[in-house]
Amino acid sequence: MGREKTLNSINRRGGLINAALFLVLLFLILICLCVGKYSISAGDCLKILVGQIFHLEQNWNGMDENMLLGVRFPRTMASVMVGASLALSGAVYQGIFKNPLVSPDFLGVSSGACVGAAIAILMSLPSGLVQVSAFLGGLAAVFLTVAIPGLMRSDSNIMLVLSGIIVGGAMSSILGFIKYIADPETQLAAITYWQLGSFAYVNNAAVLSVLPLSIIATLVLLAMSWWINVLSLGEQEAKSLGADVRKLRGICIICSTILTAGAVCISGTIGWVGLVVPHFGRMTAGSDNRILLPACCCMGGIFMLLVDTVTRIIGPAEMPVSILTGLIGAPFFAWLLYRQRRNVR
Amino acid sequence: MTSEAVYEVRNLSFSYPGYERKVLDDASLILRRGEVLCILGPNGAGKTTLLNCMAGLLTPEAGEIMLCGRDIRTMNVKEIASLAGYVPQLHTPAFDYRVIDFVLMGRAPETGMFGRPGTDDEHRCLDILEGMGLGHLAYKSYLDISGGERQQLLIARAIVQDPEVVLFDEPTAHLDYGNQHRVLRRIKQMASEGYSIVITTHNPDHALLLGDKAAIVSRIGKIVQGDSSFILTEETLSEVYGMDIRIRYIEELGRTSCLVPGL
Repeated sequence: MGREKTLNSINRRGGLINAALFLVLLFLILICLCVGKYSISAGDCLKILVGQIFHLEQNWNGMDENMLLGVRFPRTMASVMVGASLALSGAVYQGIFKNPLVSPDFLGVSSGACVGAAIAILMSLPSGLVQVSAFLGGLAAVFLTVAIPGLMRSDSNIMLVLSGIIVGGAMSSILGFIKYIADPETQLAAITYWQLGSFAYVNNAAVLSVLPLSIIATLVLLAMSWWINVLSLGEQEAKSLGADVRKLRGICIICSTILTAGAVCISGTIGWVGLVVPHFGRMTAGSDNRILLPACCCMGGIFMLLVDTVTRIIGPAEMPVSILTGLIGAPFFAWLLYRQRRNVR
Repeated sequence: MTSEAVYEVRNLSFSYPGYERKVLDDASLILRRGEVLCILGPNGAGKTTLLNCMAGLLTPEAGEIMLCGRDIRTMNVKEIASLAGYVPQLHTPAFDYRVIDFVLMGRAPETGMFGRPGTDDEHRCLDILEGMGLGHLAYKSYLDISGGERQQLLIARAIVQDPEVVLFDEPTAHLDYGNQHRVLRRIKQMASEGYSIVITTHNPDHALLLGDKAAIVSRIGKIVQGDSSFILTEETLSEVYGMDIRIRYIEELGRTSCLVPGL
């Protein structure tokens, strides 16, 4: 039957896009594991990785193995995970607030998480609690941002963006104050590291402690992707279709904030990824969140991986990633707006 | 020979937080199975408020609303949505979905929190779109089609919900003359298929065209209801809209129409 065919081919297209993106991501992970100031051949790289799981006869260089497993593998995984988390949470925030202009940075989540982390560093809490504190900071910031338009009884897109600017501004002042009173010998450097964003000091422990929660949050969001379509119609319309808006939106906000705060825990705040990648995703995979959300995970991972690899390779000293994401993200977003000028109001 | 009530609104009162004025004050209304009820009233009277209370989108201060014999306060949003479809005013969504994915959202009342509609649901949507003569739009982008087509798709989405009643919030607003009447024709057709229908409108002629029941929400939040031929008189309409309004039988058309003598 003709209809069956059309339906199948159209539904298969989304799966194909995501499968292709995932393969590209895997391929790039392998490439990025090999390149750097100390390069490792792709064959050795694969052998070392496979050798971790199966027993292989060791015929590779021990230096290579230490470099790969001790430094490059955790860093690569961290950048993929951070990119995927930021892009996914950005796409979800945009969907549930039916606002293509919001992102973890615009909603104040990133700066809130940064303040949370800074407070924990200031009180010399252990690193596990730094992450908890970052999460609470991010959650507090997003609830403030959402509450301000609610208090003003406005659900306009502009109001939410302005509210994000208010909260973000307040958070960066608080952060400035914390830096002002922090111990310049020890705490200040740690806080600045969080604020600027970098993968240079990533360690396995930090990635592994964040990983389980981030995976759970990702799976929950992917499972709810169709409902995010419904929520993106706005509160009233979603409710009239039978969506329990408060509950669904609450779960989405918590999961997205877990992802953003988790990313901040690993690498500090990195701007633009959560805003630009979902837009690029909509251009290539369409707006349907069932396809868009997995696509954003892959694209965010690819983007962050490439950016981090470039910061690793170029220049004598490493550049903080936020510099590069901003330099790429800002003009790219301008181009996206130009392309979509018809649809942006 | 009165058939059973689908909607019963009893002594409803509503005012928006922060405002003294009661938009609805001790208002009552009844909709029987298969009826088409047009809600008329001046700007700012509680037409849409009434509709939103009936859809469970707003919670009234006092009074009760019975939907198919059940108090809607005891029902959750899914239960309400599976009995009452809601067709909102024409608007532009923030994101661009394919028409079929947009219409598919009407399956929400039947979908679990971590679920999504399946192929059966997609076929159902295509059946409904084809039945409405909209099958050719199925794979187009919702933002690329005309306003008249979008309004028809909002109706299709409500039909996909498989409700007993469909509530229309000013379905003819923002539409050109031809599309306004295409929507009315669709509503009439739905009524003949057994749906009970409530619509709010600014045009009393639409109520006469649909020709079943009418209700007028007044400026002080009261409702008068009855057969439209009985309720929609020159006196009432002139008073409601604060100007001279005539109702004439037009022989060539074989129907009564509502007209303004001049400006």
